[in-house]
Order: sequence, then C-alpha cells, then structure tokens
Amino acid sequence: MTSFMPPADRIWWKVPVGREEIVWILIALTWCLIMFFMMPYWHIYGKQNLSNEAYQTTPAKYGAKVQEGIDQNKVGEEAGVPIIHPPAGSDVYMLARLWQWWPILELEKDKTYRLHLSSMDWQHGFSVQPININMQVVPGYEMVLTVTPDQSGEYGVVCNEYCGIGHHTMVGKIYVKE
Amino acid sequence: MAQFRTCPDTGLYFHKSAESLIKANAVAAAVALLVAGILGLLVVLTRWQAIHLLPADQFYMALTAHGIDALIFWIIFFEMAVLYVASSVLLRSRLATPAWGWVQFILMLVGAVMTNVAIFQGNSSVMMTSYVPMQAAPHFYLGLILFAVGALIGCFIFFGTLVVAKQEKTYDGSIPLVTFGAVTAAIIAVFTIASGAIILIPTFLWSIGYIAHIDAEMYRVVWWGLGHSSQQINVAAHVAIWYLIAGLVFGARPMSEKVSRAAYLLYILFLQLACAHHILVDPGISSEWKVFNTSYAMYLAVLASMIHGLTVPGSIEVAQRGKGFNNGLFEWLRKAPWENPVFSSMFISLVTFGFLGGITGVVMGTEQINLIIHNTIYVPAHFHATVVTGTTMAFMAVTYFLIPVLFRRQMILPGLAKIQPFIFGGGMTILILFMLGAGTLGVSRRHWDMDFTGAALGFDYPGMAYTLMGIGAFGGVIGVVGGAAFLLITVGSLVFGKKLEPSAGLLQSFGVPLAASCYTDKRPETLPRAAPLPAGHHTSSFEAPGTFVLALVLLVSFVVYYFINWKYLASVWPLS
Repeated sequence: MTSFMPPADRIWWKVPVGREEIVWILIALTWCLIMFFMMPYWHIYGKQNLSNEAYQTTPAKYGAKVQEGIDQNKVGEEAGVPIIHPPAGSDVYMLARLWQWWPILELEKDKTYRLHLSSMDWQHGFSVQPININMQVVPGYEMVLTVTPDQSGEYGVVCNEYCGIGHHTMVGKIYVKE
Repeated sequence: MAQFRTCPDTGLYFHKSAESLIKANAVAAAVALLVAGILGLLVVLTRWQAIHLLPADQFYMALTAHGIDALIFWIIFFEMAVLYVASSVLLRSRLATPAWGWVQFILMLVGAVMTNVAIFQGNSSVMMTSYVPMQAAPHFYLGLILFAVGALIGCFIFFGTLVVAKQEKTYDGSIPLVTFGAVTAAIIAVFTIASGAIILIPTFLWSIGYIAHIDAEMYRVVWWGLGHSSQQINVAAHVAIWYLIAGLVFGARPMSEKVSRAAYLLYILFLQLACAHHILVDPGISSEWKVFNTSYAMYLAVLASMIHGLTVPGSIEVAQRGKGFNNGLFEWLRKAPWENPVFSSMFISLVTFGFLGGITGVVMGTEQINLIIHNTIYVPAHFHATVVTGTTMAFMAVTYFLIPVLFRRQMILPGLAKIQPFIFGGGMTILILFMLGAGTLGVSRRHWDMDFTGAALGFDYPGMAYTLMGIGAFGGVIGVVGGAAFLLITVGSLVFGKKLEPSAGLLQSFGVPLAASCYTDKRPETLPRAAPLPAGHHTSSFEAPGTFVLALVLLVSFVVYYFINWKYLASVWPLS
C-alpha cells in the first residue's frame, strides 16, 4: 500500500535502483538513440525527405503563377479541369481551393519536378493515392516539393484536411506517363 | 471548520467540500462521455460505408462534437476529480478554497454547454482543431476559453491544497507517488492552457471581427501546444491512476520511487516540445527543428513511458510474488483478479496504451515516416488507443473503485461489470487495429464519403480499404455497447444502488445537512509513511522477470514495426 502513501524511506532518492530497472532504462535509452539517428541517417541516405523549401505568398500572387503554368503547358482538359504537361525539371504549380485541385498534372516517369503547392482559401490536405504521400497545404504559404514519380499510372489527389461540406468532392489527378 | 468522513472499507478520508466537488466533476464527466459515445456511434455508422448513416453536414457536426466532448470535456472534467482526489483525499488534507472549486466547476460547465450549443446550432462544424481560416461562431471559442479558465482554477486549487497539506503537516515525508503524478499532470496543464490562451483568445477576437487576420501556420504551431500537451496531461494522469490501482488492488509498492518520479520529471521537461510531430509535413518548418523536437524532446518522454510500462506491472508482479504466486514467469498475472473491473480495466489500459498507442505514436511521429501517415485514418486509430483504451479505461477503472468508496453505493449489475472492460477494450481494439490498416491504405480521416460521390474527378480506394473500415466500424459499435454498459452500471449504481452510508453530494456543499452525521470536525491522523521493506529485501536478482519478458516483447514489436514503416516509406516516390 505505498503508491499512494509517502515513501517508506524519507531519503527515497538515495535508495539503490534494482538491476532490472537499470537494464531496462539502458535498453530503452539505446532504442531512443537509434530512433534519433534514423532521421538524420535518412536525410543523408534515404530518398524520401522534405526539402523544407517554402515561401510566404498570397492567393492572388500564387493564383497568377498557376494560371501562367496552365497557359504555357496546357495539353487538354478533363471534367472542366485543365491538364498540364510541364517540361521535366521545371517548376510545376498546383493550387487547392474549395473544392478542387487545379490543374491536373501529367508528369513523366523518373523525371524530377519542383512541385509548388498552396491554398487559395482554407487549409487542405494533399494526399496522393494510392501511393500515399500526404502534405499539409496552408493558405499564405507556398511549399515546394522536389518529386520524382518512379511508377507510372493514374493517381488521385484526395483532400485529407477537412475543408467544409464539399470536402469529399475535392479530388484531383496526377498522371504519370512512361 | 473542515469536516471529514472516513471510508470504513478503505480508510481513506474525505473532506466534505472536496467530496462534493469530486462528485460534481465526475458526474459532469459522465454526461460528456454519454454525449460523446452517442456521437461516436453516429460517426462510426457513417464511416461504415455500407451503412453511411448521416448526411455530410450532420456527420461533420457530429464529428466536431464527438471530438470535443470526448477528448476535452469528458477527460478534463474527470481530471479535475482526479486532482481533488490526489490532493485532498490522498493527503488527508482539507481542500484549499472550496468556493473557488465551485467557480472551477461552473465555468467549465458553462463553457462545455456553450461550445456544444455553438456546434449543434450548425455553424461551427470546424472539428476539434478549428484550423483557421475556417471560422466557427464566436461562442464556440468563448466556451472553450471559459472551460480552460475553469480548468486552470482547478489546477491552482490543487497546488493550493498541496501547500495547505504541507503547512498543516497532514502527511509525513514526501508526497505519495500518485500525488506526484498528479502534480506532473497539473504542471503540464498550466502550460497547456497557456498555449490555449495564446491562440484561442486572438481567434475568438478574430471571430467577432476585432482582429483581421490569424496566420494559418502560426495557428497550427501554437494550437498544437494546446492540442498535444493536453494529451500529455492525460498520460500523466492515467499513469498516476495505474500506480494508484496497483496499490489499491495489490498493495503494490513502486519498485523504485526514484525511477518512477524521475520518469514523471521527463514528462514535464520534454512533452511540450513533442507537439511538433503534428506539423511534420507543414510548409516552412525546418528539418532541424522537427528532428530536435520529435527526437530529443519526444523520445525522452517516450523513454519515460517505457519506464512506467515496466515499473507499473513490475510493482504488481513483485506484490503478487510476495503473496506466493511464484510459479513460472506469469502465474502472478494469471492469478490476478481478472473478474474485478478495477484491475481488468486498468490492465487493458496499460497494455493497449503501450502496444497500440505508444508504438503507433512514435512511428508516425518520425519526421519522414509521417508523410505516409499524416491525416489518414491511421491518426485517429492511434489516438483512440491512447485516449480511449488508454486514458478512458484507466478512468473507468478508478470509477469502479469510487462508486462504493466515494458515492457510498453498492454497484449494481456486478456480472456485467466483470465483462464490461473486455467488451469496451475488445471493441475499441478492433476499431483501432482495422483503422490503422485502412490508414496504411491511405483512407482519409475526417472524411464523409470514401466513394467521393459528386466529385468531378474520382478515385477508387481498393476493396480492402472498404473491408477494413467496415470491420473497424463494427468494432466501434461493440465499443459503444461496452461504453453504454459502463454508464449503465455506474449511473445506475448512483441512482438504484443500495445506499451504504450517507455521503456528501452537491447539496451538502450549500449547507443542506446529511441525514446522519457521519462527518466529524476532528482532523484526520497524519498520513504515515509506508511501512519499510523487510530487511534484506533488495537483492541483485531480477524481482519481476515476467514483466521484464513482457517489456522485451513490447520492445521487439516496437523495433519490428518501426522498421516495417521505414521499408514502406522507401517504396513511395523519391522526394527531396
């Protein structure tokens, strides 16, 4: 009956600790250190990292860049949404707004793109499925991801940050061509 | 004059004013749990795509209210009761400023009702996180602010009671470990509420048009200082309850006061910074800062939880072995009182918190791995393991203890009470496991329709995602049945249970006398220190080998699962 009574020893901090606890603390601490080293390790040797490149922006400024990208690279339209085919290695602009991802991207497999993302209104979630890459899209901030799609196919961009009543209709597309 | 009653079964002392406040807060908590549970049922029946019960607007409204009623109102009302128990009852002290206790209660009650009214009026379906620039009605924020002010007052009454107890020498030596845990929870609560004030007060002013703009990213950073830290209050509180129940049920003593208290100290020092793991895929936040916060800060808190994960069951094992359950590694556990819901609920809380909540939390809090998990339904799966099977089941366990001791009622439906923790814990575990799976397949959280009905461009989730969501929702329904059984037993006992002796309720705080005078003005005897260990007890051999093996099983699961997720991450598109 002591967990809710004052410790038996008045100087409890001088009571020696049992071996079992010491061993466990050392094991747990070692594991925590391994987990710590995994993150810097992956920054150096892993291929999936975030650049942390981001800029403050406004919906008007960002919207103009997206429109410029559409004007230059538009190759078609699907369900009223323009499809762009930007040159490999270029800056690609996509925006999120209630309730659309705009425009549709057509990318080439194994080519690298600088993908810019921002929101025109509320917060949105950029969730590429089924590959399952998820990013937060925040109004006022332009995030840049250097992305190299290495599997071809058709990908859905689901919004996974709640953005009001039409949230579930907010789906975009990315096509990755061979 | 402070009036006390002694519980004839446990020998605990109750200060009358504290007793009334504990009851009031516990009952308010139960009401919040009831509302949250009903809403939770509506949410799972909507996300179960084959049923898809609610229309979109009602679903988001129900989900907002479910989150706030469960995660904030149920848990924090209950934590107020825990703080009063850990200070006044355990230290045999009068409560400092009981009148302010009622200010605490009424502010929290008004706040909780106000926010619920705002949500159900329909213009505040903004989710618990209420990310700007999506705006709720002003009284949505105001209710939360009032609630937080009430909770802050509760924390200061707790600190005041510690001072009173120390000055009036109501105990000998240092405060008990359980109270130490409650101190940890209260300290974390103070800086949590400070973060909340920093962000919610400007947001309230913005909602009434007084401030023009709130930066969306700044909101996220500061809000999570509230949102995540408040979950750390829960961890500190429910770990304190684990220790309390180990002591109550088994007479267990902490394996080492020094180790357990140091582990609590780690929570205070490092948990606040750990909230960075909510913003790992946000724009404009550097990797150095993220790695620092999620590793240096969070892993030291994780270390603390791993320590408690050994010392709580370890103390039970030592106590059980002392009673002669010495055969093999696990006789102490097999012969534990599994039919006693106080124990079974607490033990399920311990196991699910570690194996499900802890492991998944660390994995998704890893800087790079977060990008395959962020905002998928994996996230709610994780926190249902921490706050439902973890915190809520610990609170349920202590409620079973308090029904006879505090409320002086005999528990009704003892047969149902025996199995209730297994129904609730089992159902929620199914929900958690299958939602984790669905999250891995990319199913979004906070999403009304995985068929994307009405979308111009579609996307088809794999059939397996639907199956996993369906089974998970089925588990959720079982969980709700278990939750309903809990409320039936506890509330039913308060209303219909056989009265043992009179004890102070709400009215007694306002001068209404009790039928029998069971309270005395006599000060309780000083709380003595625990009996010393028998001489020669400390040996160099392992005291709790069974627990050590269980801890190693946890570690191996942790390591394997952690690296599986790195492997999975390596399969997605290269990003830099």
